[in-house]
Amino acid sequence: MKKLLLSLGMVMLLAACASGVKLNDVPVEDKSGAKVSVTPDPVMPAPVTAATASKDAKSAVVPVDSSASSNLGAGPAGNVAKVIFFDYDSYVVKSEFQTAIEAHAQFLKANPRAKVSLEGHTDERGGREYNIALGQKRADAVRQSLSLLGVQETQVESVSFGKEKPSAQGADESAFAKNRRAEFFYR
Amino acid sequence: MTSFLSPLGMIVLAFAWAMPAQADFRVEISGVGVTQIPIAIANFRGEDTAPQKITQIVAADLERSGQFRSTPAGMVIDEVTRPNFEPIRQKPADALLTGSISRMADGRFDVRFRLWDSVKGEDMGGQSYVVVPADLRLVSHRIADQVYEKLTGDKGIFSTRIAYITKQGQKHLLWVADADGENPQAALTSQEPIISPSWSPTGNELAYVSFESRKPVVYIHDIASGKRRVLANFKGSNSAPAWSPDGKSLAITLSRDGGSQLFLINSKGGDPKRLTQSSGIDTEPVFSSDGSAIYFVSDRGGSPQIYRTPATGGPVERVTFTGSYNISPSLSSDGRWLAFISRVGAAYKLHVMDLINDKVVALTDTNADERPTFAPNGKLIMYSTQSQGRESLMTTTLDGKIRARLAGQTSNMREPHWGPFLNP
Repeated sequence: MKKLLLSLGMVMLLAACASGVKLNDVPVEDKSGAKVSVTPDPVMPAPVTAATASKDAKSAVVPVDSSASSNLGAGPAGNVAKVIFFDYDSYVVKSEFQTAIEAHAQFLKANPRAKVSLEGHTDERGGREYNIALGQKRADAVRQSLSLLGVQETQVESVSFGKEKPSAQGADESAFAKNRRAEFFYR
Repeated sequence: MTSFLSPLGMIVLAFAWAMPAQADFRVEISGVGVTQIPIAIANFRGEDTAPQKITQIVAADLERSGQFRSTPAGMVIDEVTRPNFEPIRQKPADALLTGSISRMADGRFDVRFRLWDSVKGEDMGGQSYVVVPADLRLVSHRIADQVYEKLTGDKGIFSTRIAYITKQGQKHLLWVADADGENPQAALTSQEPIISPSWSPTGNELAYVSFESRKPVVYIHDIASGKRRVLANFKGSNSAPAWSPDGKSLAITLSRDGGSQLFLINSKGGDPKRLTQSSGIDTEPVFSSDGSAIYFVSDRGGSPQIYRTPATGGPVERVTFTGSYNISPSLSSDGRWLAFISRVGAAYKLHVMDLINDKVVALTDTNADERPTFAPNGKLIMYSTQSQGRESLMTTTLDGKIRARLAGQTSNMREPHWGPFLNP
């Protein structure tokens, strides 16, 4: 009911504000003759916090605190790299990461209920949406490598953060190189 | 009505008309031959004691449009007084805005204006508005819209709204603000990035991409109620929402079938229909205002370029040919102009293409421009850019001659999207 009132208020606000009275239709000398338009108090959009709103949303999405992104303990044991780095403008998994990818593949095949997100990233150059697509190509390249090693598609989801979550700050090549990456995130 | 031809080469007009809380409004005029209508603006009777300096908001709006040069009339003239036009003509000013603001017994304000053709000495009409104090800014923008329309013949955009994103530390916020950047209201706060806000054609809802569930998911958010729903959360990435002009569907980018490809999805949700087929990237869709075509970015030719295809699917036609990196298309409502970002050397610059003759012009002197968005009347483009290590929002005229930095937040402002005309 409250929401209904809010929306109604918004509609009335818009309507009332807009319906200014043409002075030409009203004698300018006669102040009291001017029509009065009624305006309710303005209604501000209610701020929503992503975490609370998604709980109420029909298709609930549980927000994850990605600042705690080092999900150690999940995934293959030992010192297996969880970050695959890429060359500039490249979406090819370099041979130096083949060993790590094989270890992840073995783990996923041995643990068919394990699920992993492959999260693609880019450096900060270029548009945000286009970088989402470029990061997706990196995540997809790693997914393809796992698939060739026999990992089931259902265990793997490749997604992209584009340039939104750099791991290194800075506008030089050393920062860019650290940010052109795909990360394994076990769920 | 004659026009005033600015003899200025490159000047920066900082607004000296003391605006207490909004003092950083700046308009840059570059290039010769800027044609502007000179207008004198009289202080409204009663304005000194009013909560908003209405005529300053009107003057700033008109200046930002690039089509006006305003000067103070140097006197208080209300809407019932017939002014002496001689000193106005001598400024020179072709038009004169007069008015009054008075507080009513119930706390509301009665704002009236009258516009004069000072050359002919003719009344061009006026209007009165009765509003609560919080709506005085809106009334100021509506007066600017009226003046703009009466003198240029085009609809004004000053009372429209914009959406944009800020990043403050680890906090990402989605804002809705007046078209001049003032009066910002937070619609969404998140610990994770938010990108690509897109207004519905009615101006009631925003679609956007939020990473709050550790992947890009497209939401639709009713801004008056704060109620929102997931539009697209398919396997993989969900991004780049763009509304069809009738509001019934959105074009989005999904990676669920492999690669980033365009789909159409009902605005109520449901099963998306694939729109494009390529082995590479197709993203950043945007509808033409008649709904018949979709412009988008694709690397199918080897580098990202802008293409178009019928909204029902079908043949794909390349639109941009100059440069090796052209992204983020935005179309003017009349379908004539295409704004986009083009990489030039190591810089990313706002460009506009005249779709009648395919002529492309660079509009800015900055190096990290992003996400252009047309004003609903097609006369201004808003975009984000970086200067002095800070992201801010700018507007520019289509010839790049008049640019203005929007007031508002001190934190990084990005991802602007200009809302539609709101139905009076």
